Amino acid sequence: MDPECSRLLPALCAVLADPRQPVADDTCLEKLLDWFTAVTEAGSSLLLLQENPCLVELLFHVLKSQDLSSRILSFSLRLAGIFAAQEDCFQYLQQGELLPMLFGEVGPLGGAAWTAPAVRSGWIQGLRTLAQHPSALHFLAACDIPQVTQALSVLTTAFGHCHGLWTQGLWVRLSPLVARLLEKDPVPASHSLVDLLLSVARSAPSSDRDLWETLAQTLSHLSPTQAGPLALGILKLQDCFIHRLPKDRRDSWSSPAQSRAGFILRTCSAAFCHLPSGLTLWILGHPVPQVLRTQAFGILLQPLACVLEAAAQAPGPPGLLEGAAADSMMVDTLLSSKSACVGLLCCALAHLGLLQPLPQRPSPWPQAPLLGAAVTILRLCSGSAAPTSDVGGRLCAILVGCGRVQRAALDFLGALSQGTGPQELVTQVFSVLLEYLVSPESSSMVLKKAFQATLRWLLSSPKTPGCCDLDPHTQLFLRELLPVLQKRLCSPCWEVRDSVLEFLTQMTRHCGGQAGFRQALLASEVPELTKQLLRDPESYVRASAVTATGQLSSWGLCATPAIPECPGAQQESLLVELLHILSTDSEGFPRRAVMQVFTEWLRDGHADVAEDAERFVAGVLQAASRDLDWEVRAQGLELALVFLEQLLGQRGSHCPYAVALPETAPPGVLDQALQVLCRVQLFEFAFRALFDCDRPVAQKSCDLLLFLRAKAAPCGSSQEAGDSPNVASVEATLQRWQAGEQGQPLGYLEPGAVVALLRSIDLEGLRDTLAESSDHVEKSPQSLLQDMLAAVGVLGENEADCY
Amino acid sequence: MSRYPDLCLNPKECVCQEMGTVDPSIFWALLFKGAFYGMKKREVGEKYCLSGHPTLPCNVLKFKSTTIMLDCGLDMNSTLNFLPLPLVQSPRLSNLPGWSLKDGNAFLDKELKECSGHVFVDSVPEFCLPETELIDLSTVDVILISNYHCMMALPYITEHTGFTGTVYATEPSVQIGRLLMEELVNFIERVPKAQSASLWKNKDIQRLLPSPLKDAVEVSTWRRCYTMQEVNSALSKIQLVGYSQKIELFGAVQVTPLSSGYALGSSNWIIQSHYEKVSYVSGSSLLTTHPQPMDQASLKNSDVLILTGLTQIPTANPDSMVGEFCSNLALTVRNGGNVLVPCYPSGVIYDLLECLYQYIDSAGLSSIPFYFISPVANSSLEFSQIFAEWLCHNKQTKVYLPEPPFPHAELIQTNKLKHYPSIHGDFSNDFRQPCVVFTGHPSLRFGDVVHFMELWGKSSLNTVIFTEPDFSYLEALAPYQPLAMKCIYCPIDTRLNFIQVSKLLKEVQPLHVVCPEQYTQPPPAQSHRIDLMIDCQPPAMSYRRAEVLALPFKRRYEKIEIMPELADSLVPMEIKPGVSLATVSAVLHTKDNKHILQPPPRPAQPTGGKKRKRASDDIPDCKVLKPLLSGSIPVEQFVQTLEKHGFSDIKVEDTAKGHIVLLQEAETLIQIEEDSTHIICDNDEMLRVRLRDLVLKFLQKF
Repeated sequence: MDPECSRLLPALCAVLADPRQPVADDTCLEKLLDWFTAVTEAGSSLLLLQENPCLVELLFHVLKSQDLSSRILSFSLRLAGIFAAQEDCFQYLQQGELLPMLFGEVGPLGGAAWTAPAVRSGWIQGLRTLAQHPSALHFLAACDIPQVTQALSVLTTAFGHCHGLWTQGLWVRLSPLVARLLEKDPVPASHSLVDLLLSVARSAPSSDRDLWETLAQTLSHLSPTQAGPLALGILKLQDCFIHRLPKDRRDSWSSPAQSRAGFILRTCSAAFCHLPSGLTLWILGHPVPQVLRTQAFGILLQPLACVLEAAAQAPGPPGLLEGAAADSMMVDTLLSSKSACVGLLCCALAHLGLLQPLPQRPSPWPQAPLLGAAVTILRLCSGSAAPTSDVGGRLCAILVGCGRVQRAALDFLGALSQGTGPQELVTQVFSVLLEYLVSPESSSMVLKKAFQATLRWLLSSPKTPGCCDLDPHTQLFLRELLPVLQKRLCSPCWEVRDSVLEFLTQMTRHCGGQAGFRQALLASEVPELTKQLLRDPESYVRASAVTATGQLSSWGLCATPAIPECPGAQQESLLVELLHILSTDSEGFPRRAVMQVFTEWLRDGHADVAEDAERFVAGVLQAASRDLDWEVRAQGLELALVFLEQLLGQRGSHCPYAVALPETAPPGVLDQALQVLCRVQLFEFAFRALFDCDRPVAQKSCDLLLFLRAKAAPCGSSQEAGDSPNVASVEATLQRWQAGEQGQPLGYLEPGAVVALLRSIDLEGLRDTLAESSDHVEKSPQSLLQDMLAAVGVLGENEADCY
Repeated sequence: MSRYPDLCLNPKECVCQEMGTVDPSIFWALLFKGAFYGMKKREVGEKYCLSGHPTLPCNVLKFKSTTIMLDCGLDMNSTLNFLPLPLVQSPRLSNLPGWSLKDGNAFLDKELKECSGHVFVDSVPEFCLPETELIDLSTVDVILISNYHCMMALPYITEHTGFTGTVYATEPSVQIGRLLMEELVNFIERVPKAQSASLWKNKDIQRLLPSPLKDAVEVSTWRRCYTMQEVNSALSKIQLVGYSQKIELFGAVQVTPLSSGYALGSSNWIIQSHYEKVSYVSGSSLLTTHPQPMDQASLKNSDVLILTGLTQIPTANPDSMVGEFCSNLALTVRNGGNVLVPCYPSGVIYDLLECLYQYIDSAGLSSIPFYFISPVANSSLEFSQIFAEWLCHNKQTKVYLPEPPFPHAELIQTNKLKHYPSIHGDFSNDFRQPCVVFTGHPSLRFGDVVHFMELWGKSSLNTVIFTEPDFSYLEALAPYQPLAMKCIYCPIDTRLNFIQVSKLLKEVQPLHVVCPEQYTQPPPAQSHRIDLMIDCQPPAMSYRRAEVLALPFKRRYEKIEIMPELADSLVPMEIKPGVSLATVSAVLHTKDNKHILQPPPRPAQPTGGKKRKRASDDIPDCKVLKPLLSGSIPVEQFVQTLEKHGFSDIKVEDTAKGHIVLLQEAETLIQIEEDSTHIICDNDEMLRVRLRDLVLKFLQKF
């Protein structure tokens, strides 16, 4: 600990222990706790207590004092928890019997202070924090915890921190208690119980059959709504799937999410190779019994099985969703009330949606029945399903028009796009999606989800072999979709217009090159309507319209030219129109969008930009430099960087650990590039940004100039410009800018002067300063202690920081 | 008032000679609070249904000797069977081929024309009137109007049935109702039709016609439109009322209009006597549109709630439909097409114009002209601005600023909205395309809309957007086929949907709900949608056209006032805590459905010192006042008492109403029931009296 802090600590403890000097600000106590957490994480708590006996004194004092505020009591309990989290420190505190006094019956638990919620919260947090080592677990076992929920909560944390034998030991004592809880109907504190059991399961050794039995019992005892999270938790348990998975499948994950998951798993599996074999076995060796997994999966599937069965026109084949035959209890729950039905279905859909992309999801995954269920639920919600059964009719009456279920089902349907399904079902998926997109009854949120799901299905739909184009079904769907987009683009609800534009942007980004899509789009009025929305009254819509037209234009799909003999006229006018938005739009979002489009255009070599990139960059930077929105200025720097890279070559690896010398540009190229950069006034823009009042802008500019300096390294000695009067005056101007007087222009800069300036400015120093957060001075613990003391008048006023 | 019969030992009710049965529970409870008590009546309410259309109701309620007609809607769907009346000569319509029977017989070809496979009557359109045979309409005392759409049949009733009563309606209902009638008369009268078709109505011939003509009901009762003279005469019978105003009908019934939130001046009605309350809910809305919000609280504690006028399109949310309307309108106009909106001259059009006011600038439609064409367009737009007290709170506050409550004033000022009485005259000079035209009639059979359908129907650039839910848009379009113009159906019906009804019923909790049969089952096309029907307990009672329904009143009491001096003379005796009784002898005086208990005339002072009993025809018989009895007889104790008094061989039998105590030896039977005890013995008066006295021991006397 900082000696200055150590010096201030006794006074602070005295203040805290003094009921006549109440601490006015709760956040100070929170900050203190954060600080102590950081200090104990960095070093020994025992040493801290030994060096600062005032802390233990504070804890003892708190116990004795009768009239202390509940917040100080709560603070002390939490503080004790932080110290006792380290086993040696725990023993030290135990020597004085401090912990039983703080957390046991003799402490606040049995006193009047217990009525204060803050004290109860502090007590439980303290216990949760300290439950990290075997001694603490013994201590917990001896503690008589008054309420089931609190007990479970503490125990859950305990299991989170202990492994192997300790878990087993604790579980042996705990399992009879859990069994007793399960005898009650309804099961009390089910949420906490689920958390506890999952926590135990995550840390339990594989051989504990008793645990799996308890989990199975719990699954069957809990109500369908309560059992869902437990079922999901069980299915998510990392069993030894890595070993079970065939290698070819491990490598064949294609989606980004799966790739990420695959990467992590491969990394983990590599890491396990270096572990002692016993430990590896322990980590990987607790396969969840298949029976339990089937039971858990059945619970998640059951609500959907019920829906499928209720809505079926004729009795379906048995075991449509294996292990999830619709039972009467589930039907009763679904039909008991609207809230129960909606809650259960939303949970089931969300849980299955979470499970879908995971590699440890149950196999075989019932993709087709799940697709069928999602489609059926959506049809019941829209009223287009016509169930013949009584249950189906009642379900329809409950679900019709229910936005929450619609949103959940659309999300789930979107998630299912990662798998395949029989063509008939896929056709049904597209048909129900179209139904939602067309229906005037779809709310803007539902519509947004419908667009998202549609996009996912369109992007995952198979391409026609050989011609890289959309398959006939998709093309047919697109033809039906475009009139809907047209109408939706005219919606009076801005959220709807915005969703369409977002959808259009994404579709164009991914399918802009496909003939079928291009043909359908160009035959519609969508491009023209999109362009009209550049003048939409709602700024979000304008921003989305900018992005969409930018994307359309990149693929040559913008509205057809008004004058056929001048094919370039329309495109050029779009550039002008976007520049106009950049310089005149009153809202930031459209201007930011324009900058992003321009950056993309420059990066991709958009024809109109490439024609005269220099003029384009000059114009954009000029507009961006005047912008009041820091994100626009920051995006301006991004555009400048793209331009720089195009002139001087790519930046090196972004990886901070990559060992590579900066690549310098050949002198000829560099001179030429510097000339260009001076002409487009990139330096004026970058230097101005360097002293920008918004830190991210300044940081970005600093990075850009550092990159440029690295590229310009060889030019150094040959230039004498450093001494020229031009450089001196520029430096003077820059100093004034740094001081906040940015009125004066920099004037035209010679390339030589630029290089000299780059050398003379301490860019590294500037970067380090900028890297520190703006409140780093005020955030120091010393400052915190001083503030707290100053607040109660222990320190002189002038010693306090001013916020 | 008579005394209790001799053996009425446990009285629950006593008989009132003049009027019926007095309920003692009411009597006891109220006697000492004020000066009235209830009298049980044998009369029940009856409801005659004269219209089968749930949103254009016409019902007659017989209630407490008054006959009240609830609404007077006119079903105009019959006009869909007729050819449109073009304002400008239409070669297409006039050249339609005549229809002939399958065997080639063409005797109907002058009356019936064929168009794209449909057959239409080529005649002045006719309307299907409410039932006039079910009940003698000259006996109707009053007609209560709930909104301007539900009074369109008024001239038929008031002018042709011998009706001599009064019509009650709010001022906006009358004024806007007059505009609707005026427009209707104008639309039909300005296109005189030389011929009138009647042959096809012959039942034998009608059977041979194709659907839907074949299935049209009661075509013989269909009538031509009324005249302006009849309209004026009918409207002159209306008495204006304000919300919450209490109107006494013959002292028997009080009627009160309440805001129903659906249209300017639209009302629900409370019809109540002292002990019965019937609520009539017709065309109500809980949405925030321009009218005053619905008054739900006053509907509470109804014995019967008659529920009509729910939304006709329960699956279409009005907000979504407005969105759809705007999107399609913008899309059409942006492509250079025209938009035609067939509509009524009042109502939803105000809300549509308000939405467009907010939308047109943002959608870049500022330069597009909006035309509102109706003979009453000007009056409608102006009326809407002056009925401030009938508007929702937001609009009312605007009036005090002062600003016009509806933004269409600004649209008119800025020339974005122009209105004309017809397509003739100024309109033809100002007409600019592309444009948006609001005009009637929504049936597409008469009015200026016919002209625009003919004019724009051939181009796919144009769109007709149906916003009024009263007519099937496909049937409305039938005589215009083949049609190239786009048709969009965005019915905007702000009336209650079934979810709102369910909440309303939970809130106001009527004892019984009565509604058209259409509301008690899912729509025929969506039989699985059990959410699209009224769900209440006990199940709603339903009715259909030409049906008479007895209303289930549970309590049937009359209020009787007691004159203060009579009340003063009563000497209550507490028979158990909180319950006191007193006997009363009085004269019941009934006049104008009001009942008053007056003190009996004092008997003439006896002449001399001779005490003499005197009876009079006017004075109730109060000579031999026996004490009144109350209480119940515990059978076991009674049997023990009998045994104590020497009776043996006693047998007790339980009956449905009480017990029979059988004294076998004495061949006597004592029948103990809840409200009477009978001693049946053979000519042994001594025994009877002995037994009676034993019975009386268990009862209280006062």
